[in-house]
Amino acid sequence: MLKDAHKRQILKYAALRFASRAALVASLAALGAVIVFILLRGIGYVNMQLLFGDYGPEPSIRPALFGTLYLILIALAIAAPVGVGSAVFLTEYTNTKSRLSRVVRVAAETLAGIPSIVYGLFGYLVFVVALGFKYSLIGGGITLAIMILPVIVRSTEESLLAVPLALREGSFALGSSKVRTIFAVVLPCAAGGIVTSLILAVGRIVSESAVLILTVGMVVNKMPSSLASPGTSLALDVYYFSSHGYPRQAAATGVVLLMLVIGINILATALGRLLGKGELANG
Amino acid sequence: MLTAYRFIRARDRIMRVIFLSCAVFSVAALGCICVFLFAGGVPFMLKTGLGNFFGTVWNIHTGSYGIMAMVVASLYVTALSTLLGVTLGLFTAIALFKFCPEAAVGPVRQLVNLLAGIPSVIYGLFGLIVIVPFLRERVSHSGIGYGILAASLVLAVMVLPVIVSVSLDALNAVPKSYHEGALALGATEEQSVFRVVLPAAKSGVFAAVVLSVGRAVGETMAVIMVIGGSPVMPRSLFQSVRTLTSNIAMGAMELTGDPAAALVSSGVVLFFFTLLLNISFSLLKGGAPRAQRRAQKADT
Repeated sequence: MLKDAHKRQILKYAALRFASRAALVASLAALGAVIVFILLRGIGYVNMQLLFGDYGPEPSIRPALFGTLYLILIALAIAAPVGVGSAVFLTEYTNTKSRLSRVVRVAAETLAGIPSIVYGLFGYLVFVVALGFKYSLIGGGITLAIMILPVIVRSTEESLLAVPLALREGSFALGSSKVRTIFAVVLPCAAGGIVTSLILAVGRIVSESAVLILTVGMVVNKMPSSLASPGTSLALDVYYFSSHGYPRQAAATGVVLLMLVIGINILATALGRLLGKGELANG
Repeated sequence: MLTAYRFIRARDRIMRVIFLSCAVFSVAALGCICVFLFAGGVPFMLKTGLGNFFGTVWNIHTGSYGIMAMVVASLYVTALSTLLGVTLGLFTAIALFKFCPEAAVGPVRQLVNLLAGIPSVIYGLFGLIVIVPFLRERVSHSGIGYGILAASLVLAVMVLPVIVSVSLDALNAVPKSYHEGALALGATEEQSVFRVVLPAAKSGVFAAVVLSVGRAVGETMAVIMVIGGSPVMPRSLFQSVRTLTSNIAMGAMELTGDPAAALVSSGVVLFFFTLLLNISFSLLKGGAPRAQRRAQKADT
């Protein structure tokens, strides 16, 4: 009797261990399959016409490349200074327990949890309807800026907090003002972390599509003439091609997008590691 | 000398105001989002009446805007994908925690982090070229691959990286002495992991569940590409339906008048739902460090 129970126990735990290993293999297989299948399906269709050609009878993603670039520039131009500024305020001017910093943190966390399609609706209501911009890159870019703001604030805060207090005290002891300490000591020390977080934010911008479908208009066949004109992005092109009968182009654009995002992530990781090492050597 | 001092003091004050306004920007943005969404959505809800708005018929041509079918589809997709994703992800995290060669953990973590950053359209495209044809030919009896099961599978793969990394962090945050203590009392490695460490990491695992529910509810593009898109009540796993998010994105291009207002109203519903999730997430997260601190105190 006792022996049976013991045997059952052993079997049960062996089964659990096996299940966890099997899950590991299955997860890796599923995630690897995403990359492998997209690459296999699309890489043969990546060609010059698709990448840089004019949009004629054969589709091209040149408008999307430019649209994506514009969106990155607009969103970063707004979110980078505001995000870094607000992280500076949270770490250098308030202590973490003050009411204001708690309110800001809760707001940022709430913003981070809102689904992107709701941001899209907001951008639509503000820029397309209320301000009368129609569908435009600038409206999409500003909406994206609000969306990536919490990401930038949080990671910048972390890298500012990692700057040793002694550096600030040293700067004050030398007679520097608060502003000078921030710009000449704290921010340069945290530059590596901040740049890494900005690169990751670019990754988010490139990946985003639900916001853009409601704000930039998904005009895949025209080069954007200005920031106020409607446009498209790489991610939107993938959706457009797959839903409008261009499966090959969809897969090929998927390959381009995938490579871009993986490249951005590797760049961010490598840079983070490089600068992290540098800091270690200096300290 | 004095003027220079005054200049520096003035500059300090001005910069403080500038940094402050940056910090307040997030709060203002959140406020704007609430105001615009509610102003755009709530009047429409009241005009059609909540009963009709949560009715089951969505037909733009006859002017009935009931979102119940979409709500039900969203719930099905969310529940199924979370169930699949959490089961697989949690066991994967456990394997990475104790039951796999230690040299493999680093590279696997990097791969998982990389996959967390992949665009949702890529997952959608994967669903479209792999999962939907597979379901159509091998699994479905009706010859339809689109639908709730396809969307749930795509989402399960998509939330996997988040679940794995959050639950692995939770497991790693449990003090080592718990594991060692259990071993010292004669438990096997498996018993210690499943009966001692895992229960201790409970709040972190719940946080992973809440996060993945949030992503599954809010995900639009990966779902829209594999779910079909008919605004009808789901009756089967293989049937073209719509979720709340895909309904908004599908109506996006022809937004005017009442249909537009109806979509904004369903955005309000989504917004409320994610707010609820956020609150429960921060409660869990607030709970987690406290439990760990208590544990660490007990340690010393």
